[in-house]
Amino acid sequence: MRDKLLAGAGALAAVLFVRNLYVMFMQIGDEVDQGAIYRIIYFHVPAFFTAGMCYIASMLASAYTLWKKDLRADAFAMSATEVGLAFAAVNLLTGMIWGRIIWGIWWAWDPRLTWALISWLVYFGYLGLRKAIDDPSERANISAVVNIFAFTSVAITWKAIVWWRTQHPAPVLSIRGADGKIDPAMEAMIYTNWIPLLLMATIFIAIRLRQERALRELDAMRRWAHST
Amino acid sequence: MAVAGKDIRSEWRTKESLNASIAFSIVVLLLFSFAFDPASESTKEFAGGLLWLVFMFAGALIVNRSFARELPNDCLDVLIASPLPMAALFLGKAIACFTLLMVIELISLPVFGIFYDITWWNQPGWLMLILAMTTWAMSVVGTLFSALTVNLRLRELMLPMLLYPMLIPALMAAIQLTTVVLTTDPVGGDNYTWVKLLVGFDIIFTSLSLALVDFVLVR
Repeated sequence: MRDKLLAGAGALAAVLFVRNLYVMFMQIGDEVDQGAIYRIIYFHVPAFFTAGMCYIASMLASAYTLWKKDLRADAFAMSATEVGLAFAAVNLLTGMIWGRIIWGIWWAWDPRLTWALISWLVYFGYLGLRKAIDDPSERANISAVVNIFAFTSVAITWKAIVWWRTQHPAPVLSIRGADGKIDPAMEAMIYTNWIPLLLMATIFIAIRLRQERALRELDAMRRWAHST
Repeated sequence: MAVAGKDIRSEWRTKESLNASIAFSIVVLLLFSFAFDPASESTKEFAGGLLWLVFMFAGALIVNRSFARELPNDCLDVLIASPLPMAALFLGKAIACFTLLMVIELISLPVFGIFYDITWWNQPGWLMLILAMTTWAMSVVGTLFSALTVNLRLRELMLPMLLYPMLIPALMAAIQLTTVVLTTDPVGGDNYTWVKLLVGFDIIFTSLSLALVDFVLVR
């Protein structure tokens, strides 16, 4: 049942994705100043949103881990962080490609970019920390605290383009109070393309969680085998 | 407070990490002078950054010792088992780190001024305020992460890896403000954002640490 649900979600994501590709290349025209390359925003922004969702989910799961001492929530926080890191990497890479063409450079040390990179490194450190702790409940406890701390860098990344005058474009989406800066059709496409990415993230997390559960069972069996 | 007093006293009597950190920061200051021409005019512009990198490296040494000091003789278990609230234990540790770091910074500053020909006492009030606020940020976050990593393999590696990225907001503000203070520009206007960032960082991370410390120090 669960497999079928996941496969169904995957198929839905694939169909939506193909449809979105068709719309963004065939129906929505080029941007006036940037030309064809602007279309990378349809991946750049949704990937960031997806990563942000993963980070929020892992932060909430970490808080729940601390509150209820639930190891499953800890496994979820870890899975969500891993998937979030992948999408954050997509966000950074697409941003760099866009920067290379529009700015002429791959990377600019402006607050938004810097903080996106810091968040990436902080969460990478979180995963590294997990590897260094053997006891499962101690690992859950300690990494949950680090995860909650790490979330502050995501919040700063989100607000960076408002707080500082960055080289990264200022907010254009209407949800961030910037009405009329972007064609409604283009803005709608950003959200529409977010759906398949979110579906993909959900599938990845579900698969990662299953691995983690198998690992826990294996661990329990090993301990049982050693104890007899 | 008793914890803070105890930590400072034991550090003062042994001076194990205090001396090492002071020596370390002077060595790093010396090393920097090979990386660029210390006599050039542009040194003043990145002097703030230089200074804070040194303090940060020295700070990692101090906070690393903060909880590691309690490991021999199982002192940490005793401290956790004592009726003391964990928040008080944590604050005591943070205050001790803060004091030790301030001592190191106040000793390094004149050395820094001599080596790089920088007059650092132009705006002593602001400089002290920036020093105190950033050092507090370093102590609070550092002490919490020190508590987190105390039982870990690779403790010396894990602590800086987790700590430095977390401290970047405070560090950025400190570097900007210190450069401003060293180049005799007044603090205000545009620079004021950085003061606000520093205050915000201190408040947010102090309360976050106090809220989470009960989960960190459990056995």
